[in-house]
Amino acid sequence: MTDQAQPPSLYAAREPIFPRRVSGRFRNLKWVILAVTLGIYYLVPWIRWDRGPSLPDQAVLLDLANRRFYFFWIEIWSHEFYFVAGLLIMAGLGLFLFTSALGRVWCGYACPQTVWTDLFILVERWVEGDRNARLRLHRQQKMDVRKIRLRVTKWVLWLLIAVATGGAWVFYFADAPTLFVELFTGQAHAVAYITVAFLTATTFVFGGFMREQICIYACPWPRIQAAMMDEDTLTVAYRDWRGEPRKHSQEAKTEPMGDCIDCMACVNVCPMGIDIRDGQQLECITCALCIDACDDVMERIGKPRGLIDYIALADETREREGHAPRAIWRHVFRPRTLLYTALWGGVGLALIVALFIRADIEMTVAPIRNPTFVTLSDGSIRNTYDIRLRNKNNEERLFRVFVKGNPALRVQLEGTPYASVTVPTDTSLLQRVYVIAPPGSDPAEAARTDLRFWVEDLSNGDRAYKDSSFSGKGEAQ
Amino acid sequence: MSKVPPKQEGDPNTTGHSWDGIEEFDNPMPRWWLWTFYATIVWGVIYTIAYPAWPLVSSATAGLLGYSTRAEVAAEISAVEEANAGINAQLASAELTEISADTTLNSYAVSSGAAVFRTWCAQCHGSGAAGFVGYPNLLDDDWLWGGDIEAIHATIAHGIRNEEDPDARYSEMPAFGEILEPEEISQVVHYVMQLSGGDADAGLAGPGAEVFADNCSSCHGENGLGDRELGAPNLADAIWLYGGDEAALTETVTYSRYGVMPPWTQRLTEAQIRAVALYVHQLGGGE
Repeated sequence: MTDQAQPPSLYAAREPIFPRRVSGRFRNLKWVILAVTLGIYYLVPWIRWDRGPSLPDQAVLLDLANRRFYFFWIEIWSHEFYFVAGLLIMAGLGLFLFTSALGRVWCGYACPQTVWTDLFILVERWVEGDRNARLRLHRQQKMDVRKIRLRVTKWVLWLLIAVATGGAWVFYFADAPTLFVELFTGQAHAVAYITVAFLTATTFVFGGFMREQICIYACPWPRIQAAMMDEDTLTVAYRDWRGEPRKHSQEAKTEPMGDCIDCMACVNVCPMGIDIRDGQQLECITCALCIDACDDVMERIGKPRGLIDYIALADETREREGHAPRAIWRHVFRPRTLLYTALWGGVGLALIVALFIRADIEMTVAPIRNPTFVTLSDGSIRNTYDIRLRNKNNEERLFRVFVKGNPALRVQLEGTPYASVTVPTDTSLLQRVYVIAPPGSDPAEAARTDLRFWVEDLSNGDRAYKDSSFSGKGEAQ
Repeated sequence: MSKVPPKQEGDPNTTGHSWDGIEEFDNPMPRWWLWTFYATIVWGVIYTIAYPAWPLVSSATAGLLGYSTRAEVAAEISAVEEANAGINAQLASAELTEISADTTLNSYAVSSGAAVFRTWCAQCHGSGAAGFVGYPNLLDDDWLWGGDIEAIHATIAHGIRNEEDPDARYSEMPAFGEILEPEEISQVVHYVMQLSGGDADAGLAGPGAEVFADNCSSCHGENGLGDRELGAPNLADAIWLYGGDEAALTETVTYSRYGVMPPWTQRLTEAQIRAVALYVHQLGGGE
């Protein structure tokens, strides 16, 4: 802080940003990603998937009330939530991989904040015109009819997108066509309305007004990313050794001039409102629109493209020394990214294997230890077990329960004289099971006898087992 | 790219701090951040006025909205009770022996009965219903007063040997220490141990049979199998409420036992009594 200057304000108002329209390969790629990601988001809940009469026919459904997650042909129960944890780990590793290879590529192309902001800016341009028209409108003090009309039109369109965004979210948690009707007839649950309202508000505010402020001040990701980037990470940068000194049209052309003509195209298209020529800065989300803008200018003035380009730090040093940059693939394929890929693939493979080997019937056995055993009037010793039987089939099944371990042990099910029990479709059943050892038998006298519970699906002979133990009268060692 | 450009007019100010050539910018915070901060302060003030917040000497400010977590819990409990009113009425009026056939009603009764049991019964019978010395184990197949659902229901409703309920189950074993000689007591104790297959002295058990026939069989039966009408325990099985060894049996015969259970009609609703009866009935010993 200098003495003569006024102390700077501690707080600054947001400088509005009016990104200019740009076209080029990265812009086209971003349009495709925008269409695909938004398409997936809005349409997936409407895909139907036949699972039989007793199960929902929505392809992707997070059924929180019934503790089920449906994903096309996969059905995940709440006790299998590790699949979701595994997917989240894969998402994390994938983010590490892409960040170490391509810098903030997630931020620039796929982050919802970027995608929706892009969509909102698109709407803004349709309604109010390109950068200069929007600037004029912004600077115009008088709120005349035209300005009000344009503003209201824009806000209404934004609001419609925001409502659709919040609305689409809740369709993942309930049957979409039913909920759609309920939402409009006022019959949906209050939670649905609150969720829609909340996400509508955040979409509207974040996409329409907060925009780059979210990335700069609210998002923790930019702070973490630096740890994953190194000198081989490709990131958007300005070749200042080629561009400087900048060519101002007014200046005499005596000294050797750089390729940059200071046309401000890169600055005008930037959605973050920065000048990439100042070097890497935390605001930059590497959306690469400045590359498109500059390439366009370079082509028009007959200079080679790539004054602003995806460059690795290692290449900067090489290029300054007059060497050619290394091939992109040599930056991308390096031990670090290969390690991330291997980890990512390993987790993915483990999940797929786990998915294929999981059984349609399952059981868990919880021995009741309060008390450990009960003496019956004839002197036999009885242990009690809570056995949960899971039937993941699309029809009810008859399960037989039996034990192996000691021939003296006898099984009895609570509430039924039979050895088998019916488990309804796609549910789990808690069955109390007694194991009885006759008086004087080994398991009755010993402290502990190992045993194995088996459950057999009587319709197809599928079996599952769980090991447990039997407590007798003997003193524990 | 990473080169720090020379400082120019309009460049952000720095704090003057510098580490290894890295300077700390003194950038302003965004204005909206400041307003958000003020808004949280305003919200905080409003919140502490609207809700209970400030501690006073013996209580706290009540808040303008009159909110209290206690009232919320009470409201939630009454909401649950209201929601269960229908099924409770159904439970209280249904034919007792037919409830277990009704899956919905039975599973409601068993789970609410489990809650009643843990609240009112676990103190004596144990949280696992395995009982203690003098408090019957409810898991086994031995019942003093009967183990079918109606008998269990009657026992819970009216209790045993209590003063409060005229319908309480009642019986009283005499203290044979005042009637029999110590030697006779020793004989009958060994006879009873023999009945249940225990480690008895045959020399004592032999004359004990006669003592038993004269003094005990009227309640416990000729063969010691007990009588549920009188709550007289089966002496020939493996289950002992007060212990089956010589010392415990001698004490029982000499001084007798007088286990008491309170009646629950005064404290629990009919639906609760039925629920806990159904819960006990399905613990493994129900008949």
